[in-house]
Amino acid sequence: MSETVMPEGAAAPPKAPSNSIFSHARYVVSENPVTGLAFGLFILIALCALIGPYVVPHDPLASDTTATLQAPSLKHWFGTDQLGRDIFSRVIVATRLDFIIAITSVVLVFAMGGLAGIASGFFGGWTDRIVGRISDTIMAFPLFVLAMGIVAALGNTVTNIVIATAIINFPLYVRVARAEANVRREAGFVMAARLSGNGEFRILLAHILPNIMPIMMVQISLTMGYAILNAAGLSFIGLGVRPPTPEWGIMVAEGAANIISGEWWIALFPGAALMLAVFTFNLLGDGLRDLVDPQRRT
Amino acid sequence: MAKKTRKSSIKIDRDRPSTLPLLDIKDLTVEFATRRGIVRAVQHVNISVAKGETLAIVGESGSGKSVTSYAVMRILDRAGRIAEGSVMFSGLDLRSAPEEEMRNLRGREMSMIFQSPRLALNPIRKVGHQIEDVLMQHVQVDRSQVGEKAIEVLEQVRIARPRERYHAYPFELSGGMCQRVVIALALACRPQLLIADEPTTGLDVTTQKAVMDLVVDLTRERGMSTILITHDLGLAAAYCDRVVVMEKGKIVETAMSSAIFKKPSHAYTRKLMRATPRPGVSLRDLLPEGESTRPKATAKASSRKPKGGAEAPLLVVEKLLKEYPRHGGAASIMKMFAKKPSVEPDVFRAVDGISFQIARGESVGLVGESGCGKSTTSMMVMRLIDKTSGTILFNGEDIGEIPARDFATLPQRKLIQMVFQDPTDSLNPRFTAVRAIADPLLQLGGISRGEVRSRCEELAAQVGLPLEFLDRFPHQLSGGQKARVGIARAIALKPDLIILDEPTAALDVSVQAVVLNLLQDLKDSLGMSYLFVSHDLNVVRLLCDRVIVMKTGQIVEQGPTERVMDAPEAKYTRDLLSAIPHPPV
Repeated sequence: MSETVMPEGAAAPPKAPSNSIFSHARYVVSENPVTGLAFGLFILIALCALIGPYVVPHDPLASDTTATLQAPSLKHWFGTDQLGRDIFSRVIVATRLDFIIAITSVVLVFAMGGLAGIASGFFGGWTDRIVGRISDTIMAFPLFVLAMGIVAALGNTVTNIVIATAIINFPLYVRVARAEANVRREAGFVMAARLSGNGEFRILLAHILPNIMPIMMVQISLTMGYAILNAAGLSFIGLGVRPPTPEWGIMVAEGAANIISGEWWIALFPGAALMLAVFTFNLLGDGLRDLVDPQRRT
Repeated sequence: MAKKTRKSSIKIDRDRPSTLPLLDIKDLTVEFATRRGIVRAVQHVNISVAKGETLAIVGESGSGKSVTSYAVMRILDRAGRIAEGSVMFSGLDLRSAPEEEMRNLRGREMSMIFQSPRLALNPIRKVGHQIEDVLMQHVQVDRSQVGEKAIEVLEQVRIARPRERYHAYPFELSGGMCQRVVIALALACRPQLLIADEPTTGLDVTTQKAVMDLVVDLTRERGMSTILITHDLGLAAAYCDRVVVMEKGKIVETAMSSAIFKKPSHAYTRKLMRATPRPGVSLRDLLPEGESTRPKATAKASSRKPKGGAEAPLLVVEKLLKEYPRHGGAASIMKMFAKKPSVEPDVFRAVDGISFQIARGESVGLVGESGCGKSTTSMMVMRLIDKTSGTILFNGEDIGEIPARDFATLPQRKLIQMVFQDPTDSLNPRFTAVRAIADPLLQLGGISRGEVRSRCEELAAQVGLPLEFLDRFPHQLSGGQKARVGIARAIALKPDLIILDEPTAALDVSVQAVVLNLLQDLKDSLGMSYLFVSHDLNVVRLLCDRVIVMKTGQIVEQGPTERVMDAPEAKYTRDLLSAIPHPPV
């Protein structure tokens, strides 16, 4: 009862009625410009991943012993490292690998965790108990240590980084999907689907899953940033991508020792790229949530 | 201390001459800023409420009746604002009053009762403490006496054993009891004006009567003014002195409630009145003038009696029983360590051995208050949940033996369908109307994908849904259109039996009238049987040949509609009938 807000100034300008997703997106962006910034950064990162390797000024793997440890200049925008490789080129090229690791691991965890979570929320009973205990077990470990263990045990490859990242994100997806499926379990449209002759699995996939997709998309965006960070973290400690492959985590690790001797640019630029990517995906998650929230549609 | 200074800053003169209205709304216009531009929810409304008067604001959804009251209380949400007009309360201009002053007025001088009592109460605090909060906020009593005062307030709203209830949490109380607590909260500080926004929607008819009687008695006792906001013209006329009818943000008629039923002057009021189900009218009478004589009306006489009395009944239910375990796992562990054996039985009987039949082409009403087991019964017949014991013979086959889990994909599924209570909830928000209607056809209808569209269009035409709405999503359809989609889906497979679970409970009366007529027409043309589950006896009277009255899982009375309604045998049926608000005709 205490919440009484009376806007004093003029009301927001009227908008043309339209149902399209684009006008809705424009509305969301105009309400919160940060979302627009996040989408812009996302497009930039995606471009780097797609066409980066073809447009960079230098070969990211070519070493030049005459030009080692050079500070940022017009020739080498981000400077060069111990072997004289161009850091700018390496940072841009690394985007693709980090992007691929993040996307594949997120798709994998969505397929495993999302479906397990929906099934556990919808069926309840033993399905719920088994899925719940599996995710409890995963959560009982410090997640990064678990990822280290998995990569160390399975071997030092990109595939195993993807698997490890997927496994540590599993409980997050299970919980979100389970909660969303659980509230829809008793909904009228689920009963109506039963009356229409849908079997339980069909109801799960054809009726409940489409209703959960929006919230899962938000979850995907939020965990993308975490997946990138995790892959870089594994590479940083020497598990994961091997040198000389350009990868943000390795590059930070390689440059860390040089900071003390004044060559700050080796670690700074890949670190900044990493930070920007994570930041973008987190903001994007918030923006997507606004976009799919039905309350914002009215 | 700060509270005391605030209290003294209010200058409300309780002994003003009574000729002046307590609340005077002049030329009120409320605007909402939405994405589609500015929406005027209330336009140039004039309402005055005298001291001690009971006024009803009646209208269908979207008429602006609630927004008017929110504007008075100044609790419009962020997008809304009072654009024009003035609201004078006891000589104080509420439109320009500072927020702090409003906070003091709310609860102490004017109070509000909301639609859903459970949502209006804090679920994790004892009801007694919630009443104390209000009393303390407005410095009505000393801290030392506040407990006693709260119990006294509970006593005044006729809550039995108020001392025990003081310690109860909202979830421990029934819906009617919660509404009494909400009333107690609203009246704790003896306000001068009470606004009740649909206070009895969602309550049973006997509870509605008890709550309304209480509100009217209390306001009369204390000389309070009351504004009752409702969609039910009958309720308004039965309990209020004056009725204001609103349509689309405007007042169309203001009249004494004794006069409004005798000679409604505005066409909209007449339409509303016609659409309100009441004794002594037929289903066709509910439709607006001019539409009531449709050709199908002639078929009505034959449909009233079941065809071929000698024919085997479509559905025979015998000694049907459903038990639920009363306690969860934790309670059974508790019981192992308990010294005394528990007094309560381990199971709760939701449905307690009921038997009834439905003939082909017959429509049977299943009535009772919430918790009487009528929904459980319909779900068992529908084969959505399993029975504990008993038989359900459908077309001579015991479908009760088939587990509910497996029933969905069997051919018998086609023959029993259902129309759900909430048209919004029962449509998948991600499916268009045509996809919702097509779902049963594709799963069980055995028709090819190419034919589906034309069959759906046929069904849409049958239920009166314009074809251009077929490609819309549920949130783009109105309540009545959603109800039509739900009905089209239910009749898509040409079932023999349709269970109607309060299909009009969520609809406005004028839409309800149209939907009820549609259901009757469809029954006549398709020869289906209906099991109509409802708590609204007036609606049941219009649509059903026979009525079954249930109470606490048992059938207390069943028989032809006219007989049960006009000469009820069971006391419970008489109670139900007498609780329906009867407008002064």
